[in-house]
Amino acid sequence: MIIALIPLLPLAGSIIPFLFSSRSHHAAAAGCVAGVSLILLLAQAPAVFAGQMPIHSWQWIPAIGLNFAFRISGFGFLVACLILGIGLLIILYARYYLSTEDPMGRFYAYLLLFMGSMLGIVLSENLILLMMFWELTSISSFLLIGFWTHRADARQGARMALIITGGGGFAMLAGFILLGHIVGSFELTDILASKEQVQGHHLYAVTLVLILLGAFTKSAQFPFQFWLPHAMAAPTPVSAYLHSATMVKAGVFMLALMFPVLSGSALWFYLVAPVGLVTLVFAAYMAMFKDDLKGLLAYSTVSHLGLITLLLGLGSPLAAVAAVFHLFNHAMFKAGLFMLSGIIDHEAGTRDMNRLSGLWKYMPVTATLTMAGCAAMAGIPMFNGFLSKEMFLAQTLKPNLFGDQAWIIPLGATLASIFAVAYSIRMIHEVFFNGPATDMDKQPHEPSRGMRLPAEILMALCLLVGIFPAVLAGPMVNAAAQSILGPEMPEFTLSLWHGFNLALAMSAIAIIGGIVVFKFRRYLFDSHIWFSRYCDGKAIFETVTDWLIQSGYRLNQAVFNSSLQRYMALLIISVIVLGSSPFWRSETKFLGTATMTAIDPVTFIMGIILILCALATVITHRNRILSIIMLGTVGLIVSLTFSRFSAPDLALTQISVETVTIILLMMALFMLPRNSPKDSSRYRRQRDVLLAGLAGGGAGALAMGILTRPYETISDFFLAQSVPGGGGTNVVNVILVDFRGFDTLGEITVLAIAGLAIYALLHNFEIEAPQTDALGRPWTSDRFPMILANITRPLLPLALLFSAYIFLRGHNEPGGGFIAGLITAAALILQYIASGIVWTRPRLNFDNHIVMAWGLIVALVTGLCSWVFHYPFLTSTFTYVSWPWIGKFELASAIVFDLGVFLVVVGSVMLILVKLGAVNSPDAQTVSTLAQHHPDLEPEKEMF
Amino acid sequence: MELLISACLGVMIACGVYLLLRARTFSVVLGLILMSFAVNFFLFITGRLHTDLPAIISPDRSIYADPLPQALVLTAIVIGFAMTAFVVVLALRAGRELETDHVDGKPEKTQ
Repeated sequence: MIIALIPLLPLAGSIIPFLFSSRSHHAAAAGCVAGVSLILLLAQAPAVFAGQMPIHSWQWIPAIGLNFAFRISGFGFLVACLILGIGLLIILYARYYLSTEDPMGRFYAYLLLFMGSMLGIVLSENLILLMMFWELTSISSFLLIGFWTHRADARQGARMALIITGGGGFAMLAGFILLGHIVGSFELTDILASKEQVQGHHLYAVTLVLILLGAFTKSAQFPFQFWLPHAMAAPTPVSAYLHSATMVKAGVFMLALMFPVLSGSALWFYLVAPVGLVTLVFAAYMAMFKDDLKGLLAYSTVSHLGLITLLLGLGSPLAAVAAVFHLFNHAMFKAGLFMLSGIIDHEAGTRDMNRLSGLWKYMPVTATLTMAGCAAMAGIPMFNGFLSKEMFLAQTLKPNLFGDQAWIIPLGATLASIFAVAYSIRMIHEVFFNGPATDMDKQPHEPSRGMRLPAEILMALCLLVGIFPAVLAGPMVNAAAQSILGPEMPEFTLSLWHGFNLALAMSAIAIIGGIVVFKFRRYLFDSHIWFSRYCDGKAIFETVTDWLIQSGYRLNQAVFNSSLQRYMALLIISVIVLGSSPFWRSETKFLGTATMTAIDPVTFIMGIILILCALATVITHRNRILSIIMLGTVGLIVSLTFSRFSAPDLALTQISVETVTIILLMMALFMLPRNSPKDSSRYRRQRDVLLAGLAGGGAGALAMGILTRPYETISDFFLAQSVPGGGGTNVVNVILVDFRGFDTLGEITVLAIAGLAIYALLHNFEIEAPQTDALGRPWTSDRFPMILANITRPLLPLALLFSAYIFLRGHNEPGGGFIAGLITAAALILQYIASGIVWTRPRLNFDNHIVMAWGLIVALVTGLCSWVFHYPFLTSTFTYVSWPWIGKFELASAIVFDLGVFLVVVGSVMLILVKLGAVNSPDAQTVSTLAQHHPDLEPEKEMF
Repeated sequence: MELLISACLGVMIACGVYLLLRARTFSVVLGLILMSFAVNFFLFITGRLHTDLPAIISPDRSIYADPLPQALVLTAIVIGFAMTAFVVVLALRAGRELETDHVDGKPEKTQ
């Protein structure tokens, strides 16, 4: 439980800084959260140092092997200490670094989010869980790097970091899934114990490459190194945190974590060691030429990460120990150096080494601290960097798989060390000496106490660890290495003096060579100008992304030319192709074996009429009114067919929907041209006939294939349970309001939403419809025929009575809420048609929205009522009561639900049609008041 | 019988597709309605064709038409109406804003 709190506290606590308004409170809140996490972590120290590994696990989604599981290994403990310890110093530092204009609360929120995700990576026991935290670090580092959103370089740098690390993360996820597939578990404990099983599997190579891609991109290894220097557009506290102790360490952490299971093979060596070596040398070389302080430190970071990667690539147990120790040392001196470069930037107004000089006079304490950091970075004795570098150099001399070419590794290591010394000297020389300070925007001075304190602590630690390594770092490094290496743990001692040996000689060569290179750097700078022209990772990255965007754009242009007609054709073509493709090579016979039923003459004639009317709809489609009539006939025959094939409910629904649809189309047609012009070319029409033929033929064949196959249904349950369970004999209705009531609730909600959407679309929508046709004749001389009006008015109560009947019998006979609702709506609409909106509106004085809303409420509350009786949502009940005269009568709670359905249907259908009818007479109320003064106006202004 | 039903369905789909591909919003709406007839019909016939066997429980019978596709189609018909109405209103509104009822919003040719 406590283990899980360590990463979850900062994650959850990331909202806390928002609760305060003062800057100091932001920092204090963030500090408290990180501090509590650190205390919880340190409380685990005794167990970890005793060689135990506390694990806490909860099941999350066991079906995919995802558990909410955390562990504290020795290595995880070490990295978590760095994350929280350096994190706390960064929180203090940022309090003084950020200016008053920067949104401090947001900064600390991102920082805590990032801290929690990093802790999640190092403490996860489950690989899938680890992957989630891994992605979270990509996202939160994106937010942190792009913190100064107004700066274009910050946005670019953040985007590049996200694309590179996110892409790598994607590969790594695939690798993890393969790994889980090979081992059969995503728990690290299981995976780390299955070395033989994994390395013997034929998917080992793919798995390894994918996981390495994730690690290399995150740790900015060659050739992905270029994103890191551009991430320097972040505020310095972010760089100090992300690029020293955390984000970029996640990659090498992953290499070390996977070391027990993936390393040891030749493939591991050939993939990891060369990448580490190239990165080490190349980045050290590049760091030489950076004029930007943070740029120099960034390349130096890349180089040191290459060093750790190379050590892990070498694969020997002692190399792994050295890797862990260097990871620990580098985090401290690099975090301190980043902070110091931020101080210089903050107090001198620039971090460009071409402009900086002679700061020793103004800020001697900062200068001393920087020298200490640079000494550690260059590997000067007495500083912690020297110790791990010495171990590294000793390891490079061991024989390895390069065989005769093994000398290349110590050569590269020495070369990189020479450059490291040279750029460290250059940094100190150009910032603090190199003549008097001239080109400054402001008078440089020592920073405030709080800003310098974190760097002081870190530098003091660098020095102390450098002198007393066994006491200060020994137990932690020992526990970390033990957790990685297990039984292969070598004997080693951390001490300042190892005696005269070849590694010491290499260190000496590096220091002397570094001074020489620094002296003659001018020649190197000249040659570098040529080099940088051809080798710029960012330029290549941008060329590639530009090309991708351009080709995407061109493809888009080719496919989508903003013609809906064309999209529709493409869509139909794809449906035809995708729908028919499974049949091309299919072995099974297309038609089934079931015997066909005989045809009777009436059905045959009906079918022929349907086909003819459908074709007539198409043929007459340019004469719109005629084609509506044809379409109406098709709908009628469809409803007759439902009735013919034992679906009376469907027939009733179809016929009433048909009625309102045709009314709707007629109303729409009133506001649209009556005829369609001839748009399509001959070729276009032929193409469409072909497409239509293929689609129709395909659908017909599919129907034939289904109809000629015997089938099994799951409906026996519904048929058997309808009366005993649902209390109704009309199974279709019982399914709707009882068995699948929840679906119906969703469906009437959709209906209500559609009604509201139509209402919104028609809001403030007016059309001045023409009063005469093209020849100047008025549309009609008798808009509201007296006979129609007089017949429909008495018809209304009859129609309502009928719909009440249909509604009440619905549970047992064809009928129900849907059908009754449609009949009621049709009856009411008839009044509007016969007598006009001005006459009808005041007489049918209810708001359709309210009806619809009540319907939904009634349906929902009926469902909720069953909770009161401790039954699941929408459980229905029924009973039989004996009424005088009527006899035995059934009362079912489902009928209340059906009432809700009824109300929604009436409300939404009326809402749609009345609103559409009112478009032409914007406000019935105004029209009628106007009409009192101008009797002539009334018939002209409204339609229905 | 199965052949006739399949033919009806195929013709409705074909006519619907042809109308969907036309250039005027009104034709597209007509096509859409035809398509929804056909799709509902298709869903319905997955329960196979039964004569005089409505799914209303009665002690005299023991076999019934499949009620499940019917229940599915019943709500589909009603929602189909709502969607048709939505498309119609969308077409009206678009026609009003663009001053043309061409689906691609192409302006009318002046005569």
